[in-house]
This record gives sequence, C-alpha cells and structure tokens, in this order.
Amino acid sequence: MLCMICKENPAKVHLTQIVGDKMQKVDLCEECAKKKGVNDPSAGFALADLLLGLGASQEIAQSSGGEDIKCPNCGFTGADFKKAGRLGCSQCYQTFADSLEGLLKTMHKGTKHVGKVPIALRHSRDLSERLKHLQKKLEKAVTAEDFEQAASLRDEIKAAKDQIEHLAPKLTP
Amino acid sequence: MTIHEFLSPPSETARRSGPHDRIVLSSRVRLARNLRGLAFPGWAKKPERLRALEIIRPAVESLPQLQGAFSETMDNLGPLDKQILVERHLISCEHMAKGVGSGLVLNKEESLCVMINEEDHLRMQALRPGLQLRQAWLAIDQVDSELERKLDYAFGPDLGYLTACPTNLGTGIRVSAMLHLPGLVLAEQINQIIASVNKLGLAVRGLYGEGTEALGNVFQVSNQMTLGEVETDIVERLNKVLLQIIEHEENSRAKLLETKPKFVFNQTGRAYGILANAHSITSKETMNLLSMLRLGVDLGEFPGADRALIDELFIMTQPGHLQKQFTEKLPADERDIIRADMLRERLRHVGRSNPKAPSSGGPALDKRN
Ligand SMILES: [Zn+2]
Ligand SMILES: [Zn+2]
Repeated sequence: MLCMICKENPAKVHLTQIVGDKMQKVDLCEECAKKKGVNDPSAGFALADLLLGLGASQEIAQSSGGEDIKCPNCGFTGADFKKAGRLGCSQCYQTFADSLEGLLKTMHKGTKHVGKVPIALRHSRDLSERLKHLQKKLEKAVTAEDFEQAASLRDEIKAAKDQIEHLAPKLTP
Repeated sequence: MTIHEFLSPPSETARRSGPHDRIVLSSRVRLARNLRGLAFPGWAKKPERLRALEIIRPAVESLPQLQGAFSETMDNLGPLDKQILVERHLISCEHMAKGVGSGLVLNKEESLCVMINEEDHLRMQALRPGLQLRQAWLAIDQVDSELERKLDYAFGPDLGYLTACPTNLGTGIRVSAMLHLPGLVLAEQINQIIASVNKLGLAVRGLYGEGTEALGNVFQVSNQMTLGEVETDIVERLNKVLLQIIEHEENSRAKLLETKPKFVFNQTGRAYGILANAHSITSKETMNLLSMLRLGVDLGEFPGADRALIDELFIMTQPGHLQKQFTEKLPADERDIIRADMLRERLRHVGRSNPKAPSSGGPALDKRN
C-alpha cells in the first residue's frame, strides 16, 4: 500500500477514526505523517485535517463550480484551497460557503456555532430582540391611537437602530 | 533574557503536580482566533503577516496574566531554542518552522502560551499539570475575553470563530490531555481503548514516535469536532472519558500485578538495569525504558526514586535538551553516549528493584519476553 499523500513511499502509518457511523481511514508514510504533524501535541492534529488535504478539498474545488472562484478580499481561489486545505481569509467562508457546507457536515457535530460569542455581538443580539419588542408595542399603540406613546416608542426604536448600526461593522466576518 | 534563562529548569518543571498526575501528565486547552479582514498567516504576504503581528503582540503583552512574560519574534529564536520549546510542548512543530512575522508570548509559570501567526493569527493555550481541563478552559476563556476587547476577531454568527482550516471552525477549541498508559499497553488493551474513544469522536494518538507507535507509552486524547457543540460540553465530555481511561489504566496495572507479577517486574527491572548501566543509548530506547521505570516507581519498586526524577530525565534526555549543554554540535552517536552518561549519573542513588508484591510463587515468567 502506498502513502496517500506522496504516493511514492510505502504507507506505514494507518489512522482510523469513527465518527457516528462513518469510518475514515488514512494511510501515510512516516515522512508525510511527520510533515502533517501527526505526532505533534500543540498542533492539535485532526484526522479531518488530513482528509481535507487529500480528497475533500478536491471535492470542494469541483462542487464550487471549478477552481476559478476567487475571494474578493484576499484573492484566494478554489484551486488554492485544493492545494493547501486551508482558506485564505475569514471572508473566504462567504466566498466558498456553498461548497463548504457539505464538508462541514461530515467534519463537525453541527453546522451552526453554539459556543462562545464575542461580547459586542451578544449586545447586538440583545438589541435586536429589544427592537422587535418595541416594534410590537408601537403597532399596538398605533392601533389604540395612543399617539403620544407611539411617538416616544419611535424615538426608542430609532435609538436602538442607531446602536445596532454602530456595532454593525464589528459583526460581519 | 534568552529563552534558556527564562524557562524553568526541567527539575522544577517535573515537580509541578496536579490531580491524577500518576497517569495524566498534563492538560491543555487551545483556542484559535483570527483578525477580521486580514489574510490568514499561510496565505498572507510578509508585510501583512508583520501587520498582524504588530497588532496582536502588544495586545497580548498588555494582558495582566502575561506581565513579565517572555515575548519574542520567531526569527529571533535559534533552531535549538525552538527545538527546546517543542520538546517542552510549548510550541508546535509548525510554529518551530516560522520566522519573520511570527511570534511567541509565554508566561513565567509556563501555563499560558500564545503563538502569533502560526496557522491562525492567534493560537493561545493554557496548560496545567495533571487532569485540570476545567481550570485550563477557565484560564484561556478569560484571556480570550480580555483580548476580544482589544482585537477585532473574525467571527460569523452562524460559523462562529473563523479559522484558517475548517476543522477548527466554530469554537476554535482543542481540548487535550497527555496520558502515561503503560498498564494498558502491557495488558494489550490499548487498541480497544483507542477504538472506543474514537467512537466518541475523540482522537487518541501516540505522542512520540512515528505513526501508531507510542514511544514511552505516552498518548494524547483530544476533541476533533469544534462546530455545533458548546465549549464547556466539549471539556466535560473529554473529562468524563479521561476519568474512565484512568480507571482502566489503574485496573490494568492491578490486574497485571495480580496475574503476572513476574512479567511486570521483569519489564521494570530490566528498564532500570539498562538505564542505570548503559554506555550508549538512543532517545527512543530511553523513552520506552523510562516509561517502564516510571511504572515501577508508581508501584513503589525503586527506593530513592520518585516520579519527578523520571519526568525530569524524560525532558533532559530529549535531543535538544541534551545538545543545549554543549556548545559544539553533537552527532547523534555522541549524543547517545552523553545521554547514557547522564542517566547513569542521575540513577546512581536509585536502589535496585525491590518489588513489594510477593515475587516468589507467582505465575511463571511470560514467555513473550
Ligand atoms: Zn508519503
Ligand atoms: Zn479570502
């Protein structure tokens, strides 16, 4: 059996990972295993990492409609991803979003982040909830023809919108 | 101050203790973070990498947790400096290869280590002796919360923290522990354990040596998936699995002692014999034998030896640490001689194997050895 990366040396390192009911296998020569940091504690080796460098990124390049999709922010292309197994910048996640989706599904527990959120974004979530709440109150006030309250609610809504706008540049990747 | 002057001597490092440190050597939680808009280090051109470094380094240095820290750019560290940092498990091999545009900030206790422009702009890790995953998570979470006020992180509401490699996406967290599992290896149960831990979506691998071979019987267990699960759930899940592995290891040791004491004492006794008397020894053989000696010490076999001495020798006999004591570059065969000299000297006061369990009347010596 030959190494899956260099396809030259005999494969001596065999890695298997079972996630759910899926089994993934990688066979490497000692040199490539070393290069990929298979034995490196601070590298945080993941088998998915290796698979990414082997087959999965090729799939991406194909499913994304070819290798010539280019990130407008950093100039990274589908072909580059195929080669490196890494993306060019944070905006690449938008550029290659469609093709990444399937890959993320096989790689992770879910496709939506449920962990820590930077505090600025947490504030903005609170604000948008407050905004919704205010808008409902406004509708009620208008229906009830309570124009005085409607006016003060409009002021509050405007203030909340301004705050969200102020936070906005921090939120997009 | 050079990194050699900054790092604690191995004798001190080896004395740090924590819960379950008989089996768990250390706990680690790492977070990956990037700056919005800037190309990831692997794709960025040199000026852009330097720009990221100039933004991140002062922010990291200003943290209260990192006052008095060692802070240096990777191009200012020599190859031997870097190798020693790798042997201490403070930086990755990937980071070792970095030069201009990458950096390192390390606190005095060696419990917080930040790599700048490794694969991601920021790789920050908290380290603790023994099994202390929760404490490591709390420490690194705090560092991260303080840094997010100073740095503009790349974050998407759906995908979380955006990382150079999609495998780290979401939480960017890698929780891991280093385990010494000689009992499971001798009892030939290690592969079963690895397979069942794999089924839980966790990775197990030998820390030293090539591929599946685990030199020194040291294994690392870590999470693989980073998206779709809350950080504390990942920490708790790993913690639970580790407690089970510890139990299996203790059971294996007890069972081996009960059913094959001569097999165990033959391993530990021979390890002592060679380490205390050899005149040339490779780093590979040293690690395997030190593992057996450590097991013997755990079993109370060697008067005058404690675990800290073995752990110190484990660090001191690594190639970089050995080389560090000499000014001229040593070829490997000379290193083997110096390694053996050091081991003989350091084990001089360690008494011969003196097994506490009954050594006569036990089952016959295992034929395989
Ligand atoms: Zn290869
Ligand atoms: Zn990009």
